[in-house]
Amino acid sequence: MDGFFWGIAIFLLVNAFACLYRAYAGPTVVDRVLAVNIIVTKTLVVLVLLAMVFGRRMLLDVALVYGLLNFVLTIAAGRFLETGKLTGDWS
Amino acid sequence: MSTTEATVSALTIVFAVIGTLFFLVGTIGVLRLPDFFCRTHAATKCDTVGAGSLLLALAIYNGPDVSTLKIVVLAGLVLLSSPTAGHAIARAAYRTGFRPWVDDKERERA
Repeated sequence: MDGFFWGIAIFLLVNAFACLYRAYAGPTVVDRVLAVNIIVTKTLVVLVLLAMVFGRRMLLDVALVYGLLNFVLTIAAGRFLETGKLTGDWS
Repeated sequence: MSTTEATVSALTIVFAVIGTLFFLVGTIGVLRLPDFFCRTHAATKCDTVGAGSLLLALAIYNGPDVSTLKIVVLAGLVLLSSPTAGHAIARAAYRTGFRPWVDDKERERA
């Protein structure tokens, strides 16, 4: 089963690099934020796959923090685009 | 190989392949669709289902263990946060003046 997991991990990395093109070329800022969001989700799954293959369960905690960071990043970017500031009330 | 092991392997492979296919569809959608809102549609939906299915496959493969619980929590986090993030970023785009892309034929008709 390890070879199967390696195959999925490599396939997801190729997909992530394909999405990197959208982050590079994407005509607007929101396109770039969306592309980074997708890349981070794929990296999270790759981290869990590597935790399985190498037998290092510590990587699961890393993946958890990575997922939370992804969420906070997207929400903060959306809020900054919408209101123009990161603190204070919504207006 | 006992029946239980065979079932676990089969379920793992089926869910992992479904998740990988959804990721592929999401990537193609992000690269090919014409407009930010179309790309959000492709990306969030496929990312949610793809990551959820792959993490479910890994949780099934791992068996009863503490780390399985962690993987389930991670899947729940992805299932909750990915649509929310997609909604937030699409709302921010709409409020800052982006409008959905319209086909030329539809524009003539309107």
